[in-house]
Amino acid sequence: MEGQYSEKVMEHFRNPRNVGEIPDASGIGNVGNPVCGDIMRLYIKVDENEIITDAKFKTFGCGAAIATSSMVTELVKGKTIEDALKVSNHAVAEALGGLPKIKMHCSVLAEQALRSAIDDYLAKKKAKV
Amino acid sequence: MRKVYMDNNATTRTRPEVVEAMLPYFSEIYGNASSIHQFGRSARTAVDQARQSIVSLLDASSPEEIIFTSGGTEADNLAIKGVVAALRSKGNHIITSSIEHHAVLNTCKFLEKERCRVTYVNVDGYGFVNLEEIKRAITDKTILITIMHANNEVGTIEPIEEIGSIAKERGVYFHTDAVQSTGKIPLDLKKMNIDLLSLSGHKLYGPKGVGALYIRKGTKITPQMLGGHHEMGKRAGTENVPGIVGLGLACELAQKEIAVDSKKLTELRDYFYKGITSKIEDVRLNGHPTSRLPNTLNVGFKYLEGESIILNLDMEGIGVSTGSACTSGSLEPSHVLTAMGVDPAETQGSVRFSLGRDNTKEDVDYVLAVLPPIIKRLRDMSPLFEKGK
Repeated sequence: MEGQYSEKVMEHFRNPRNVGEIPDASGIGNVGNPVCGDIMRLYIKVDENEIITDAKFKTFGCGAAIATSSMVTELVKGKTIEDALKVSNHAVAEALGGLPKIKMHCSVLAEQALRSAIDDYLAKKKAKV
Repeated sequence: MRKVYMDNNATTRTRPEVVEAMLPYFSEIYGNASSIHQFGRSARTAVDQARQSIVSLLDASSPEEIIFTSGGTEADNLAIKGVVAALRSKGNHIITSSIEHHAVLNTCKFLEKERCRVTYVNVDGYGFVNLEEIKRAITDKTILITIMHANNEVGTIEPIEEIGSIAKERGVYFHTDAVQSTGKIPLDLKKMNIDLLSLSGHKLYGPKGVGALYIRKGTKITPQMLGGHHEMGKRAGTENVPGIVGLGLACELAQKEIAVDSKKLTELRDYFYKGITSKIEDVRLNGHPTSRLPNTLNVGFKYLEGESIILNLDMEGIGVSTGSACTSGSLEPSHVLTAMGVDPAETQGSVRFSLGRDNTKEDVDYVLAVLPPIIKRLRDMSPLFEKGK
């Protein structure tokens, strides 16, 4: 199975970027469940200009789940919320040099984790107003 | 980098002396074992000798009871489909367990579409099949009980002597898939009332692509592979002479060394697990603590998913596998651990270390040095870990 992972996937699996938590996160996304074998938690920090200044993750899952988590945090850092919402699962998979077909759901999960974190941020913002 | 192979339940390294013994049967003694001339006769002699080695290892009654096949899967298919076809007029009900190898499970599922009824009996937390359920399931339509001798994922050794006597008492054939156990633990065909038994060459340091089915004399079976009159008319196809020679020698060596090997492996395995539990928290042993294959150690690492552990070990030169059949890439948890009632989240983090006769204490120490930091690193990354804290 590992034979099907691209170099880039293995590189992110070996050295995942942005592992951890953001204590005062602006938004947190939780997706997946242990029965399916993947859980992702994504933290984002958003500044007053709606720019994602930091992103971190914690993931329970296979090699692809860890690599897609790592990649999605890299992709959204520095982006505005509006642009971050355009980051699709395909963009994540593409940035990783592709994923085995059977692991594409991991990129979907990464996209969902991002959406969920952004939704959480927007809901909190709305609540404040 | 050091290389450590601990996936011997997947396959073993063919012993050098086995390879050596096989080689002449490719180049010098290449005759068809069915040919009447000297070329054929030399090949036939080698096949007969190999058959005798299996008779001896299993303590079977006669060479006619051993049918060579292409491996364990074919042996399972022949046993189950062959009995079903032969006993069609008597009944159509099969009893098996929920933790069988897919060679048995998928054959049973296929037969369910062919008007057979199959009962999948449950197992307990150790993976032992429920004997009462087997008894209760038997009807006058039951023709076969097929339960594995030892489970490939967790190593639990099934009470097949008890199953054999249940089968005998009720006049039902008993087949056991002994692919994982042959040559690893002793077995007594007669005492265990086994009518059919599958074994495979490459799990006991023999070559891949060859196996055998023991069929007790008088057992009704319909061949599934049709063609010439090979293998007492029970399995057509020109004999795989080099493979059969290799299987024969592997069985002969296993018979000689079974006691020493199983003692050595049990000690090494238990030393290994002790090391794991002393260095890593929140681990669980899957399978029975003692009634287990000497070489098999299936460990659940809480809060983690198996593939990420295996990939990390692979980067350190260590070859192991998940308990689950994730080769298909499906993320379904292991059917064996699930049947044993292991929590779904915990089945994900299970790793099977299956030792072999080549493994040393140094190998185990190497894994014990490499594994704890991997587990720590992955747990630090796992959102489940903090919840568990």
